[in-house]
Amino acid sequence: MENTRNTPTETRRGPGALITGGSRGLGRALGLALARAGYRVVLVARERAPLDEAVAKIRAAGGEAHGIAADVAERDGIAAIVGRTAALVGPPEVLINNASTLGPTPLRLLLDTDCEELSRTLEVNLVGPFRLIKALAGPMVLRGSGTIVNITSDAAVEAYPRWGAYGASKAALEQLGRIWAAELEGTGVRVLAIDPGEMDTRMHADAMPEADRTTLAAPEQVAERIVALLTGPDAPEPGTRVAVRANARSS
Amino acid sequence: MNAARTYPARRDDVRLLVVDTAAGQLYERRTTALPDLLSPGDLLVVNDAATVPASLLGRDDAGADVEARLIAEDTERGPGHFWAVLFGAGDWRQRTEDRPPPPVLATGDRLRFGLLTAEVAARSPLSARLVSLRFPGSADDLWGGLYQQGRPVQYSYLAHPLPLWAVQTVYAGRPWAFEMPSAGRPLSWEALLALRRNGVRWAALTHAAGLSSTGDPRLDAALPLPERFDIPAATVDAIADTHRQGGRVIAVGTTVVRALEGSRIAKGALQAGAGVTDLRIGSGFTPRVADGILSGIHTSAESHFGVLAAFAPVGLLHTAEQYTEAHHFKTHELGDAMLILPGARCYSALDETRGTGLGPRSVPGARVRELVGAP
Repeated sequence: MENTRNTPTETRRGPGALITGGSRGLGRALGLALARAGYRVVLVARERAPLDEAVAKIRAAGGEAHGIAADVAERDGIAAIVGRTAALVGPPEVLINNASTLGPTPLRLLLDTDCEELSRTLEVNLVGPFRLIKALAGPMVLRGSGTIVNITSDAAVEAYPRWGAYGASKAALEQLGRIWAAELEGTGVRVLAIDPGEMDTRMHADAMPEADRTTLAAPEQVAERIVALLTGPDAPEPGTRVAVRANARSS
Repeated sequence: MNAARTYPARRDDVRLLVVDTAAGQLYERRTTALPDLLSPGDLLVVNDAATVPASLLGRDDAGADVEARLIAEDTERGPGHFWAVLFGAGDWRQRTEDRPPPPVLATGDRLRFGLLTAEVAARSPLSARLVSLRFPGSADDLWGGLYQQGRPVQYSYLAHPLPLWAVQTVYAGRPWAFEMPSAGRPLSWEALLALRRNGVRWAALTHAAGLSSTGDPRLDAALPLPERFDIPAATVDAIADTHRQGGRVIAVGTTVVRALEGSRIAKGALQAGAGVTDLRIGSGFTPRVADGILSGIHTSAESHFGVLAAFAPVGLLHTAEQYTEAHHFKTHELGDAMLILPGARCYSALDETRGTGLGPRSVPGARVRELVGAP
């Protein structure tokens, strides 16, 4: 009667990690860094072609990666993202809510921001992460372990003119994360906010096209530091906000 | 019976019939009271399987409509193979009994479900409608196609089709279940964390719940088919600890009972690890791992009733059935709940039943006592 054959796909090598916004910038770099650290990685992004490239890059480096083309702002797609991820790598041990939108670009004054643009920014940056956490934290609590990272920004703390939609969404995401952490205290599941600083990414170029790229940090270096922080001995306390910085590319 | 046609406003607030097998008594509560009904030292064991969108609509090579409901992984043929029950034209709004039969397929025939294709790898001797389907391609192709094309298995008595999120428990993890492990539906994190604060522990296992009925009498007589399970070492330890300290193990749903008792019988004692069980549980069966069960409301016409009968005298269950029918409990996947447990903590509640009655459709205490038969 006994049959110990594994499911078609879950092979139980290494914990699973789900990273949204995984086809570019920090998300892609986090995928590579986590795969290098032994995680089985699932990347979520809207566009198929760059997603396939990011997956191929991790596989070429000897890691395990899968791509799911989906929009985290779409309510009805969340259960499928979660189910496919668990089928491919097991219920993830790590969730990184990295996908973000700036809202209208070029960045606009709040007085010139369309209501729909604010709503869309909140759907992507706040409600999508909420839905993913809601679906993934349950099995983490049952297991008694798991890490949820919300990628944030100093725009959540400082009142930068023209960063209203983005800044408000990130401030709300941070507060939601603190409350998640308070509610999950003692369960073994930690929720962190990580501010990666200014990086040389497409998002940064969209926000500040005139910036001198040589002064910006490489997302690969920031990703290495984030993964070291998550997997190292000095893990931050749940609920805390951590600023992770790397040197500028030029230095 | 009175099938729940839609999901309740709050998943953790449905009616709960408590069957205390030690006292031979019935009590009516709500599931929000669960944390108070169990005792410190008890252990709740849940099935953490997430529900797969197992219903696929498509066509065969001749263009005939067909619905395939995945029912179990075909572990003999290996990765990418699933046992599926086929249905003919029509949709979930029709009772499966009323659907036209599916086209008769031969080994090697192909089915197309949107972008997903499958090939008939084998036909079951049980029924021409039960086939093993092979989905070619990588795991990414298979699961991507399944989650894009599949819908959760639907029920003809529902008012609206169920979306995928609505057929998940709050702790759903590995997508192994082909039908919702619905006994866990009334458990919210509010309830689970309150139980833990009260000294009740919880533990998990994964069991690949298959279809509970197909509308085909010959096939239904053979259900459930052998189902996969996986029991973590931590769960085996928690069960041993609980029994050593005099606590009770409460299985959330019949699938948990099948996994625990199936593993115990196959391996001589409850052991951690994966397996497949074809155990069928009925009134003659004595569970040795689970002491009680949290379940949906099942009538004596359903196969699940047999599992309940392993936990309570059939006379008491029939009294319970009369009570739930007379008081319009809702049955089926989205319905009300039943807790069968020796010595459920309803002592103070007994006075309540003598006084104001049992709830909105309450009856005087005397009537309740009359309904409560001797075990």
